Amino acid sequence: MAATTAGAQRRRPVALRAFRWTRRFVLYLIVVGGAFLYMYPVFFMLRTSLTKESDLYVLPPIIVPWPPVWENYAVMWANGPTWSWMKNTAIVVGFSVVAETVTSVSVAYGFARTRFAGRDKLFVGVLATMMLPGAVTLIPRWMIFFHLGMIDTLWPLLIPRVFGTAFYIFIMRQFFLTLPRELDDAARIDGASHLQILRKVVIPLSVPAIATIAVFSFMNRWNDFLEPLIYLQRTENLTLALGLRFFVSRFGTEYHLLMAGAMLLIVPMIVAFFLAQKQFIRGIALTGIKG
Amino acid sequence: MASSSLSAKTAGLGAAPERLSRWRAIRKWIGNQEGWVFIFPWVVGFILLDLGPYIFALIISFLNWDVGRPPSYIGLRNYQAAMTDPLVGKSLWNTAYYTLFHVPVSTVIAFTVAGLLNQKVKGMPIWRTMYYIPSVTSGVGMALIWIWLFASRGPINGFLGWFGIDGPRWLTSTTWAMPALIIMSFWGVGASMVIFLAGLQGVPQHLYEAAEVDGGGWWAKVRHVTIPMMTPYIFLSLILGVIGSFQVVTQALLMTEGGPDNATLFVLLYIWIMGWNAFKMGYAAAISWILFAIIFVATMIQFLGARRWVYYEYQEPG
Repeated sequence: MAATTAGAQRRRPVALRAFRWTRRFVLYLIVVGGAFLYMYPVFFMLRTSLTKESDLYVLPPIIVPWPPVWENYAVMWANGPTWSWMKNTAIVVGFSVVAETVTSVSVAYGFARTRFAGRDKLFVGVLATMMLPGAVTLIPRWMIFFHLGMIDTLWPLLIPRVFGTAFYIFIMRQFFLTLPRELDDAARIDGASHLQILRKVVIPLSVPAIATIAVFSFMNRWNDFLEPLIYLQRTENLTLALGLRFFVSRFGTEYHLLMAGAMLLIVPMIVAFFLAQKQFIRGIALTGIKG
Repeated sequence: MASSSLSAKTAGLGAAPERLSRWRAIRKWIGNQEGWVFIFPWVVGFILLDLGPYIFALIISFLNWDVGRPPSYIGLRNYQAAMTDPLVGKSLWNTAYYTLFHVPVSTVIAFTVAGLLNQKVKGMPIWRTMYYIPSVTSGVGMALIWIWLFASRGPINGFLGWFGIDGPRWLTSTTWAMPALIIMSFWGVGASMVIFLAGLQGVPQHLYEAAEVDGGGWWAKVRHVTIPMMTPYIFLSLILGVIGSFQVVTQALLMTEGGPDNATLFVLLYIWIMGWNAFKMGYAAAISWILFAIIFVATMIQFLGARRWVYYEYQEPG
């Protein structure tokens, strides 16, 4: 019994190393291959946006179009009031990120760190607005803004953001609950008010979580399609995401121009993600979205 | 409510002079209301933009309200019309079809990818980012890209052509338009992937060691350690996945406009068409309540089913 075990141990290393090596190789192959599979649409978009129309269907397909046809971007840009779309998007996104983040952080603080009658019942309201489908509120909200004369202005896209967003409030509250209470108690004894505790103690400790909801807000507002669709009408009043919708019908099968338009929407997202990536991934890991 | 909580507090104070203790309790109670200041914006928004609109939507659904004409009360007629409208049935069927494939497959993909990304591999931050980027850019940009990828002479059919397969005319085929949208949705699993990744990093290492001591192989560890420990995350991902999937609209509107022959007519798209193209606000509101009811029931069933398979380490669910 002892002899066979010893023999097996002597024989094992070579086979084991070969097995381990194969396993690592397969693992790398899957991870890297999958990564390229996921990025394939984005690579392909970039490629097509720089290709001549006559080269779109050439066989074998051109991997790197050379020289790149930057003209596609100029043609795409000149096709609509792209500057005003950019400006509208900048207003909506810039305002929303600041408003949503500030309000959601302060509301989350209220739910996590202050005590008052009915607090937990109200928090059920936050959870409900997070879980219940927003589709039902679409029509009445539109009616409200219609009667306020705000259709075809940016107001319906800005005003709701001032009141905070349930999902971000939820994330921030969960995060605040993980911060040690002794910190506030110490500040309390020193006579700090809630506002001072929030600003001087809690916020400095919450930078990754706040960055997370700010990035979420940026992405969601930038990509938002349904709200601009129902509230905005005249061409020059649209946001970028909505404006590009008309490229689909206008460019038809001129896919090189369509892809140049898609680049305009996607590149800022990729840049934002790279800049915020570290904080963002940490923030998501820290907030422990578990329910 | 205020007076009841006051008396409850003063009752406990016992022998202290009656007036003083009452004064203290009032001051304490006022001090305790400071939290309201913080949550005030949300309360206002909740009443004006959620609670109010929900009630308003219920009222609208009982009205015959074509924008521009005075509304009139017609009772349940909008709901009756919706029940017999073949397009409501069709859009519900389409939405269910999408959900049935999108949610389970996306969850499996997100879980598998998260497992891969949790391995020790060189250059991992780069690979993680590459998996995540398509989700970041979801929406209109991705829809535009996939219009091109699915074009009848586009890259996907070009690729299939190498194997001698004559690819379908994806987005203009009644059979293949919906599968095309489902396939495309698999590129948007980034959010659940990140949630799973965070969860995987929280699975205690000693459980894997214990499994190894018991002679468990790779699959045994996944089956008996990883999956049970991850069930709360899987549950969350399923719940949010179903809610989101029932409200899909952007891709269909951009890529197929609900066609061909209503093959990709989703419920929310039909609500939009009824409300903002046909201006039948009352009818659209009634359909949105039907959608609400379906999502609500689906979520409740999942919550009830959760007791049987979701493992909570510290407490029972609920």
